[in-house]
Amino acid sequence: MGQTLFDKIWDAHVVSSNEGFPDILYIDTHFIHEVTSPQAFDGLRTRGLPVFRPKQTVATADHNVPTWDQHLPIKEELSRYQVDMLTKNCAEFGIELYGLGHPFQGIVHVIGPELGITRPGGTYVCGDSHTSTHGAFGAIAFGIGTSQVEQVMATQCLLQSRPKRMKIEVNGKLQNGVGAKDIILYIIAQISAAGGTGYAVEYAGDTIRGLSMEGRMTICNMSIEMGARCGLIAPDETTINYVKGREFAPKGEAWDEAVAYWQTLYSDEDADFDSVLSFKAEDIEPMITYGTNPGMGIGVTQHVPETASFEQKEQGSYKKALDYMGLHDDEQLLGKPIDYVFIGSCTNSRIEDLRQVAEFVKGKHKADNVTVWVVPGSKQVQEQAIREGLDKIFDAAGFPLREPGCSACLGMNEDKIPAGKYCVSTSNRNFEGRQGPNSRTFLASPLTAAASAITGVVTDIREFLKEEELV
Amino acid sequence: MHSRYANREIASFLAMTEWKKETTMATKIFKHIQTSVVPLPIENIDTDQIIPARFLKATTREGFGNNLFRDWRYDNEGNPKVDFVLNEPIYSGKILVAGKNFGCGSSREHAAWAIADYGFDAVVSSFFADIFKGNALNNGLLPVQVSDDFLAKIFAAVFADPHAVIEIDLVDQFIKIVATGEQESFEVNPYKKACMTNGYDDIDYILSKKELIQEFEEAR
Ligand code: SF4
Repeated sequence: MGQTLFDKIWDAHVVSSNEGFPDILYIDTHFIHEVTSPQAFDGLRTRGLPVFRPKQTVATADHNVPTWDQHLPIKEELSRYQVDMLTKNCAEFGIELYGLGHPFQGIVHVIGPELGITRPGGTYVCGDSHTSTHGAFGAIAFGIGTSQVEQVMATQCLLQSRPKRMKIEVNGKLQNGVGAKDIILYIIAQISAAGGTGYAVEYAGDTIRGLSMEGRMTICNMSIEMGARCGLIAPDETTINYVKGREFAPKGEAWDEAVAYWQTLYSDEDADFDSVLSFKAEDIEPMITYGTNPGMGIGVTQHVPETASFEQKEQGSYKKALDYMGLHDDEQLLGKPIDYVFIGSCTNSRIEDLRQVAEFVKGKHKADNVTVWVVPGSKQVQEQAIREGLDKIFDAAGFPLREPGCSACLGMNEDKIPAGKYCVSTSNRNFEGRQGPNSRTFLASPLTAAASAITGVVTDIREFLKEEELV
Repeated sequence: MHSRYANREIASFLAMTEWKKETTMATKIFKHIQTSVVPLPIENIDTDQIIPARFLKATTREGFGNNLFRDWRYDNEGNPKVDFVLNEPIYSGKILVAGKNFGCGSSREHAAWAIADYGFDAVVSSFFADIFKGNALNNGLLPVQVSDDFLAKIFAAVFADPHAVIEIDLVDQFIKIVATGEQESFEVNPYKKACMTNGYDDIDYILSKKELIQEFEEAR
């Protein structure tokens, strides 16, 4: 019996396996940030323990940082305290910190890959659920709680039970204007926000193979939104080319050795998955969510489902979500006025996302009723965008390019969507209040978000692209 | 479920932890509770609802209970919303009973801290999100996964009588509606059960294998 990609990587990292116990899994790199680490550092102090492998720990400040005037002290007192605390803790425990102002600072799941820290075959954890992003490289990567952050700090290991394995295949040709974000929103809408719980999901099929690394990261990023433990994609030429030459990527002989190993990382033909699902790329429209979990998504031309179409016991929760969103049964979102557009977050804030948006908005201007924020995923993305002149295009379109951080993805800093307002957002969560108390989120792709910013209403990007082709 | 081998390993772990007691950060011990419950029959309750992000700025583990379900519990002016269950004095107790897929979304352990800090010892649902379940177990908060049917029975019992008492026994792994005697058994990882019933935590266990970790590193 062959092995799955997941099992190959897992087995290579098991330090100890005892029946009745979770496995002790070795962690290659531990990413930390200011929000979920302070209590873990405190725990170490109480126990009188050092960080076991500080060189395998990488820190950045992202969740709580302002995205404007980053060179000034953080105004909000508690945020400033939390970020200062990270600086102090990293200094005390000998951890490299890419803090505010550092050229490598950025959203933790953007900087790991762009610095060449995230590589095929590795194990990565972070006190943040979207750590699943790193799986795009053919790695095991998942989010953990603060007690586990402390555990990894103390031991460079994690107690984990092996999850079940699921394969999700997507084959076929995508429609024009449909991208990675639409694929993953479509899959989650099909299998629900809990459909992947207990599984490690491997994405496969020619559509997935055809995606860039950025696209693959978008897909793996949202694995957690279907409840999956992690998501991963077998490494190939695209992966290897992406990693090559990056800051911390192996060099010289070490590189050749690494590549030789990476080429063994795929699921064998006869590998056994606990579940296999398959989807057709042609069926996927530009997607948008209408509800308060990422599973509540529809094609942009479709109508919001009717309450009566749900089982009796689910109707209460469904009605609550629609009420919160200010929507009604059978409503069509297409043409609905919006107030904000947020282009950012670890799902869609990489240079490729910004390039795609800039190319589309060039020569256009946002609608008056919409406020647009473009928040790059990292300092490097920001600088690259400026080098390419994207900031000028954005400025001319009324899309100011801000500074890197999580921003309105979770509204911990001052970038909050006001109560009752609608935001088309490229982030990953549409939970009640996620982008600010009583804010209303429509999750969508960068292109759908950009097109909606231009028209001021929820828009089908395909209509735009058709027209542009005619011109 | 638990093979003898597994039990023996766990017994030796307990002996080891016993021996290392000075370095142990004991967590809360959970064996058995019998209490009225707080019903929250909503599905897909995510950790952003349990504790919104803007309350994650604290750098200690305490005090999150005040902001548990903040935006469901209080209006924008900070006044309690009368129809939210935590504001209904008729419902109280040490068990929170919630709809399926409880704790989805963000990995923030603050959610488990908030529920425990508020005074709950257990959460009952027909389905839990992975990370939340792990976080809860690491904080002496027991997630009890029951069938959809049994969950419906608990809700029915509480809505018929707000003082209905539920018993949860971790040692024998069952949950019971005391008035009717209806009960169901539940699963729990045997290792985690050993930790919870004794108040031990993971770090001591892994540190006891430190030599293996170093061997693993050298062999790579
Ligand atoms: S951008 Fe959003 S989802 Fe990503 S790490 Fe930051 S808060 Fe989490």
